[in-house]
Amino acid sequence: MTAIAPNPDVLSDEALLRRRTPWRLALNFCRRKPLGTLGLAIVLVIIAAGLCADWIAPFDPEENDFNAMMQAPNFVHLFGTDQFGRDIFSRLVFGARTAMLVGFGAAVGGGLIGLVLGVASAYFGGWFDLVFQRVLDVLMAFPLIILALAVVSVFGTGVFHVMIAITIPLIPRCGRVVRASALAVREVPYVDAARALGFSHARIILRHMVPNVVAPFLILLSAFVGQAILAEAGLSYLGLGVQEPVAAWGLMLQGSAEDYATTAPWIAIFPGLAIVLTVLGISLFGDALRDAIDPKLRDR
Amino acid sequence: MYRYIVKRLLLAVPTLVGAAALVFILMRLIPGDVCVIRMGSGGSHVDAAAVALCRQQLGLDNSLFVQFLDFLWSYVTFDFGNSMWSGNPVAQEIALRLPVSLEVAVLATVIAILIAIPLGTISALKENTWLDHVVRVAAIAGIATPSFWLGIMSLILVMNISAMATGKPWLPPIDYVPLWQDPLRNLSIVLLPAITVGYRYSAVTMRLTRSAMLEVLREDYIRTARAKGLLEQIIINRHALKNALLPVVTLIGIEFAFLIGGLVITEQVFNLNGIGRLLVQAVQNQDNVLAQALVMLVVIIFVVVNLVIDVLYAWLDPRIRFS
Repeated sequence: MTAIAPNPDVLSDEALLRRRTPWRLALNFCRRKPLGTLGLAIVLVIIAAGLCADWIAPFDPEENDFNAMMQAPNFVHLFGTDQFGRDIFSRLVFGARTAMLVGFGAAVGGGLIGLVLGVASAYFGGWFDLVFQRVLDVLMAFPLIILALAVVSVFGTGVFHVMIAITIPLIPRCGRVVRASALAVREVPYVDAARALGFSHARIILRHMVPNVVAPFLILLSAFVGQAILAEAGLSYLGLGVQEPVAAWGLMLQGSAEDYATTAPWIAIFPGLAIVLTVLGISLFGDALRDAIDPKLRDR
Repeated sequence: MYRYIVKRLLLAVPTLVGAAALVFILMRLIPGDVCVIRMGSGGSHVDAAAVALCRQQLGLDNSLFVQFLDFLWSYVTFDFGNSMWSGNPVAQEIALRLPVSLEVAVLATVIAILIAIPLGTISALKENTWLDHVVRVAAIAGIATPSFWLGIMSLILVMNISAMATGKPWLPPIDYVPLWQDPLRNLSIVLLPAITVGYRYSAVTMRLTRSAMLEVLREDYIRTARAKGLLEQIIINRHALKNALLPVVTLIGIEFAFLIGGLVITEQVFNLNGIGRLLVQAVQNQDNVLAQALVMLVVIIFVVVNLVIDVLYAWLDPRIRFS
């Protein structure tokens, strides 16, 4: 009897397992998605800058130096100084901490609340779903600025409160997308089986439905981080976000346009570039992640 | 179709009442009193009796429930009341500021459509060529760029160029003139804000146009049209683009609705006296009547635009109409 030769195209279980290790998956991602890898590298550099700001920044970001006001970029002050003589590079590095904290904090907070509520809405259906949809409609239509003004007026300004103000509008956006995916999951037999076994609603939602809508959630989350960073910059620019002298990119742009347009344009240029670069990195990574997770959405 | 519209209108009622309740509560949560702000804005001593009289005149001494019912009733009767700060009718205050915001929003939408649809289509047709890559990078950069920073950069550029040319930096005028009175002056006020907002808007639309076109170009009916020997231009314009534009129309509408409520920062950068700035001023002055009216205006525009999009969508796509 002759032995059957193994098909070279069919991988053994062991080989499949070996292929799916996180390290190999990451390596595969980097090889297949160079732009996404570049985006991830940018984000990691910004996160590292924020975490190690105390060691990277050459100057105190909050200390005024009236002998060095509005200096153009030079070897001592790489990105120049602002109207108070503060080193712009140091403020950008510390600003990365604020941006990342608010960006990731608001995105994760808003995303998780939206995830649970969206899945719960799809699971319960009926009146709960109808009321939830109307609440989402109200929050979607409501101007962010009023929410931000109310949060800031009631609780005061500061990084944490800005995070709350940005988290609230992210909840309905996540809730709506997740609900659409969860409606399909609700109909699959294992949810019926879980119900028949007498599992609690919380257990069915959290253990059986939520893990099955994680793919669209992760895609959404990456977009939310960028949106939250842009929202934080906008609110800080309006004076409703982080307050002086804390370093924040949006705050650094406040009053810099007309006042120093001709004399010190670098005051406005570098903080804006930092925002663009960070959100660009997140967008590139998010796009690549979406392609990797859901091939149906490729090229969108 | 009529049943669908009626159903959608009925569903809009709880949204509007919910938004009214939310803005009502939020305005009451913000600490401060319009009467105290009005009388003490010069830093002078505020007479408690005068404040009490002012509160009585403005109806602020009524219970919150009565105030809320008054607020709802004013929208049923279309009598929106007077601004608590200036005393002018709310409708008049809004009518003064709405044209500039509306013009910026409409112009930004036109700019976005003019950029996004041709570039998105070309990008899809030339998939994976250098042209496609350039368009995609421009689109991602547009999404990553805060429009207020783009506004600041455009101002810096204009000021520096004018300073070099004439020796004096030029800034766009801030006193709004309607288009039909002085078109040149009007455009010098609204064009830069519209371009900065329109670029971001076009980036989002461009991406969707490209992806929708790519999807449609892979459909069987396009292959059939090609097999029939139809001209490529006819295939693209009549068969592909027409179908690909369905989701794009939705996005344009949604972005427009968001734009009306999101012009605050752009108006701040360009010193435009639109409804965005009016809203911030109303909240800061504790002018509840005006702030509530402005928020309701934004919400109503959002709801109406969404309704129009859905009806348009159902009208354009028979599959939705008859489902």
